[in-house]
Amino acid sequence: MSAQVVTANRLGDGRVVYLGPADAWVERLEAAEVAAGKDPAAALLTRAETPAQGTRVVGPYLMDVIVEGGRPRAASTREIIRALGPSVRTDLGYQAEPQT
Amino acid sequence: MYRYDEFDRTLVEERVEQFREQVARRLSGEITEEEFRALRLMNGLYLQLHAYMLRVAVPYGTLSSRQMRKLAHIARRYDRGYGHFTTRQNIQFNWPRLEDTPDILSELAEVEMHAIQTSGNCIRNVTADHFAGAAADEIEDPRVIAEVIRQWSTLHPEFSFLPRKFKIAVTGAENDRAAIKVHDIGLQVCRDARGHVGFKVIVGGGLGRTPVIGKTIRAFLPRRYLLSYLEAIMRVYNEEGRRDNIYKARIKILVNALGAETFAEKVEAEWRELKALEIDLPDEELKRIEAYFAPPRFERLPASDTGFEAQRFENRAFARWVRNNVDAHKVQGYAIVTVSLKPEGGVPGDATADQIEAVADLAERYSLDEVRVSHEQNLVLPHVRQRDLYEVWQRLIGAGLASANAGLVSDIIACPGLDYCNLANARSIPVAQRISRRFADIERQHEIGDFKIKISGCINACGHHHVGNIGILGVDKKGEEFYQITLGGSADGNAALGRIVGPAFSYDTVVDAVETIVDTYVGLRQGREAFNDTLARVGFEPFKEKLYAAH
Repeated sequence: MSAQVVTANRLGDGRVVYLGPADAWVERLEAAEVAAGKDPAAALLTRAETPAQGTRVVGPYLMDVIVEGGRPRAASTREIIRALGPSVRTDLGYQAEPQT
Repeated sequence: MYRYDEFDRTLVEERVEQFREQVARRLSGEITEEEFRALRLMNGLYLQLHAYMLRVAVPYGTLSSRQMRKLAHIARRYDRGYGHFTTRQNIQFNWPRLEDTPDILSELAEVEMHAIQTSGNCIRNVTADHFAGAAADEIEDPRVIAEVIRQWSTLHPEFSFLPRKFKIAVTGAENDRAAIKVHDIGLQVCRDARGHVGFKVIVGGGLGRTPVIGKTIRAFLPRRYLLSYLEAIMRVYNEEGRRDNIYKARIKILVNALGAETFAEKVEAEWRELKALEIDLPDEELKRIEAYFAPPRFERLPASDTGFEAQRFENRAFARWVRNNVDAHKVQGYAIVTVSLKPEGGVPGDATADQIEAVADLAERYSLDEVRVSHEQNLVLPHVRQRDLYEVWQRLIGAGLASANAGLVSDIIACPGLDYCNLANARSIPVAQRISRRFADIERQHEIGDFKIKISGCINACGHHHVGNIGILGVDKKGEEFYQITLGGSADGNAALGRIVGPAFSYDTVVDAVETIVDTYVGLRQGREAFNDTLARVGFEPFKEKLYAAH
């Protein structure tokens, strides 16, 4: 069964974010809420597309993830780069931020 | 350089305040993203993979040291310490915050800059020969006309919602350094039989998913009729260009569909009516703009500086840099310096705030306060005295900007690709970095000679891959990055589109493939024969054999 999360860019600074529990937007993919299957994924996306969410994020969409050890990781090169930052500037992308 | 008059200043300042209000309304939730998107794009603000991206216009690629310092300041204060110079002579900042953008635009307005017409279906920032006003082979400085076009096209109500974006390039010399044949309109300054200055008008060139070399629709257009003629072209396009299919909406599709002759006839018919309305620029206005581009006060210098010649003789590395990065100036005793933004393993077109400032300092001290951005993603100091070249070179070394590779195999054009761009299918920059490391030996690069490699991360071709001697197009094959290679392209006066050599290469093998092509060329060429000439003589087969021998 395919696993998906909802991702978007935060309105104020464009930062990549993921829809987490309680409709909050989180910065780490590992903390995103995972939907398994078509209907749960559609429901997840609906929660991200409300007018209220439109004042927090831009362009929410579903992305495929691979779940390992209960944690999602990006399935495509594009989403890996989105999650980490430019592969050519590892000194300043999200991957350069201190891990919490 | 052109300086804003009260109209320019008011227009740009009002635009900043208008955008400030629009951003506030978006942040407060008063307007939706759907409503806001077009407004932010009209102010050069895109949303990319990781963050917003602000594209700032550099009209015809000309900057002063003051403007460069402002760009460095913006990179430091609002971004992450660097900027990216693009193939359209603009600069992009990759990490601005939406809420900061009005302040950035306000700071840009202080130095007569903006981000208008760097996006959207309008006439985009006009580009020009980066050696304008300095080139020894120039008939006339193309920036005068580029500025006229800028003023005419800025927020032009009739041409703000064209079928698609529209790009105009101008060159003032016979040698085309502005890639005019792959623009929607290319203008080349020329003279008629009586010596009058005018333009050759080329229409319908472009890259993207349907690459086309532009067609000449008028061999000579008298200078005074430029605006009415451009307006005629735009009207025919605006009226007949397709709006039903984004991929068929550029003027090149219309010109091809009608045929260049029919298109030209329609333009001429429209022009006859427009000419009668006397919408062309009055002579006095043209003279007013021309005055801004009057040659700077050059010193009277000997044609050859003995100190410079001695340094060149004594220092091999300096001599190599001069050979590649220094071009002839129209005034004796001066030279044009290309500042390479392609260091070994670097990101093509990227410059740190410190480097931008270093070039600003050099421009102020040694280049009559002028800097240019080239469409090949380098910077240019257009007016350097020969006797100052050695010192400029040493200061460039200190700034990490002295790569002696202008025009060589490591002087690669690369779009931002999948590392930044929302549209990309594959990464471009790491491929460029790996190629430049593979050819790190500068002696080897010089032995290979002039060579153009251009890389795009998707079919939109921002990296101009169609017109590279070697063009590399990144494609996505079931989630994996692959690279299709074309050979034989050129963006100069002999503009040509490359042809696909064969099946695509993986990310891991594409650099080997490039090296194989270069080595095959070096082995086959006669004397210093250029790559495209060798290719024309021997055909694709020898290259295919080497590339696919193991398959």
